Amino acid sequence: MAQITLKSLAHSYSPNPAGPEDYAIREMNHVWHQGGAYALLGPSGCGKSTLLNIISGLLQPSDGQVEFDDSVVNELPPEARNIAQVFQFPVIYDTMTVFDNLAFPLRNINTPEDKVRQRVAEVADILELTPLLKRKARNLTADEKQKVSMGRGLVRDDVSAILFDEPLTVIDPQLKWKLRRKLKEIHERFNITMIYVTHDQLEASTFAEKIAVMYEGQVVQFGTPRELFETPNHTFVGYFIGSPGMNFLEVAIEGEHVVSGAVTLQVTPRVKSAVGRARSANVKLGIRPEFIEVHAEPVEDGMEARILSSQDLGTYSILQLRLGDITLKARVEEDQRIPRDKAYLRFPEQFLGLYVDEYRVELEHE
Amino acid sequence: MNKVYNNRAWWLILPMLLLVAFSAIIPLMTVVNYSVQDVFDAHTRFFTGTEWFKEMLNDPSLHAALLRQFAFSLIVLAIQVPLGIGIALIMPKSGWQASAVLILVTMPLLIPWNVVGSIWQLFTRGDIGLMGWSIRELGYGYNITSSPVDAWATIILMDVWHWTPLIALLCYSGLRSIPDAYYQAARIDRASRWAVFRYIQLPKLTNVLVIGVLLRFMHSFMIYAEPFVLTGGGPGSSTTFLSQSLVTMAVGQQDLGPSAAFSLIYFLIILLVCWVFYTAIMNMQKDKNQGGV
Repeated sequence: MAQITLKSLAHSYSPNPAGPEDYAIREMNHVWHQGGAYALLGPSGCGKSTLLNIISGLLQPSDGQVEFDDSVVNELPPEARNIAQVFQFPVIYDTMTVFDNLAFPLRNINTPEDKVRQRVAEVADILELTPLLKRKARNLTADEKQKVSMGRGLVRDDVSAILFDEPLTVIDPQLKWKLRRKLKEIHERFNITMIYVTHDQLEASTFAEKIAVMYEGQVVQFGTPRELFETPNHTFVGYFIGSPGMNFLEVAIEGEHVVSGAVTLQVTPRVKSAVGRARSANVKLGIRPEFIEVHAEPVEDGMEARILSSQDLGTYSILQLRLGDITLKARVEEDQRIPRDKAYLRFPEQFLGLYVDEYRVELEHE
Repeated sequence: MNKVYNNRAWWLILPMLLLVAFSAIIPLMTVVNYSVQDVFDAHTRFFTGTEWFKEMLNDPSLHAALLRQFAFSLIVLAIQVPLGIGIALIMPKSGWQASAVLILVTMPLLIPWNVVGSIWQLFTRGDIGLMGWSIRELGYGYNITSSPVDAWATIILMDVWHWTPLIALLCYSGLRSIPDAYYQAARIDRASRWAVFRYIQLPKLTNVLVIGVLLRFMHSFMIYAEPFVLTGGGPGSSTTFLSQSLVTMAVGQQDLGPSAAFSLIYFLIILLVCWVFYTAIMNMQKDKNQGGV
């Protein structure tokens, strides 16, 4: 049971890093609270596996500290850290039975055999492995194997955290859902800190209470799935979360108006003054496809757009729109009337985000 | 329906048939042919049936050679397999050291059999051979031409030197193919070095070891050139193995009938042992509780 703190942590695989691009993990401070269910979400190569291996101790960070509760564990090898890790591909001991696999971590620390039997029975029961206990592990299916490797992490009652490195990669889609449920159940029951690495936003948001989105070696946002969706902190989070991703328009002030390229945008004075305050050439307005108001008839402050295509996805449709020379996507629910050829758009202020140098800036600035 | 029967496609299997005929059927059938006849010259021959086989199976000198052959193969396997695994485990895994060690280890495998015999013949001489001379200097009357124990020890040492690298190389490649995650999981599970070997490395080596042991068994069971050059089968007949007995019979005495029968028996023994061994290993891997509990 532990709180995991990362203090000005950074890691580079090259011995003499020259610039920030040489770092797999750029300097970060982060706290994983005891008992939380977290996801580490990001595209391939963003450093999420590196970060996980640093936490588990398989990798020594080149800078900064990893703390478990209040003690620095940088120097400690994985076996001394009391963590469990579940890998992308199930790691099981082929020649052992399922029982022996689960008992292995306990026997390695010389646990009395009756305690071993009791713990293994308990864990097998939770993971629904009891009927398989006498089977050789090599003959199991992928999802059973993955449960066994998870079980090896759960049997030790001193485990402070379980780290998952894309554990559902090799699992059949219909079983993924079951296994994710199982994970949640385990989390609720054992009150163990769990960190779950994935590149799948759906997996992350169903498993985790809070998600850390990583991009180019940094955690760009740490928040609940809802926060990531409604108020992305970074343009990358906007793109990455949601399907389709957020629309971004490069904007500038021209005379009295906020413009994006040749298009004059109809926005409220508050947005306009916020754009005007930005001291950068890189200013963007972002809005989710779900929040663009699409009207079939002209409306007040509506911007006329051409409809390029409409994709019917059952309960909703995705419209591809052309506003001047800007391409936008908008989501229209099935009960809404879908306009043809021409649509009139409005960007509601409460759903509009202002991004200066890729990071979100609050509108209210006096 | 109008089906046209055209069996000309059968000709397409002709190349395969020819290949198999020349590679297996014709040579083998020649031996079978000789094994059931007594041949005097090109025109005079008598059918003997199973007589040669009976004679060979009851020959006490062949029994002795067969026992020696089994003893030799088993001793050699018992030393080479653990030693080969051990060497593979301590070989460096990357960098120039890995390449260098790989080349050094492979070296003995590249030397022809009779050259190996000659090298060791010189090496073990009491007067000018480094090893023979050194052992004698240490006070032991080492002599492979008069002491069967010395001769045996030397042949085994020679074979270990020559062929352990094969096992080592096979195991080395087997070890390289184990994903890192296994070692990482073992560290997290606090497995001891021995447990890592016993439960991760050894199981992953099973497949290459089956190949290695089969190859080494067949090889050692057929050994000829090295002991022939080193000891000539002596002292007495203490290091005369099966193939040397066969050559003496077939080439030295021109007993074509008996040696043909002997060849077939020899071949069947190797086939049988390999089959038994392979089946045993494959059965070991099977799950006794497979198919429900």
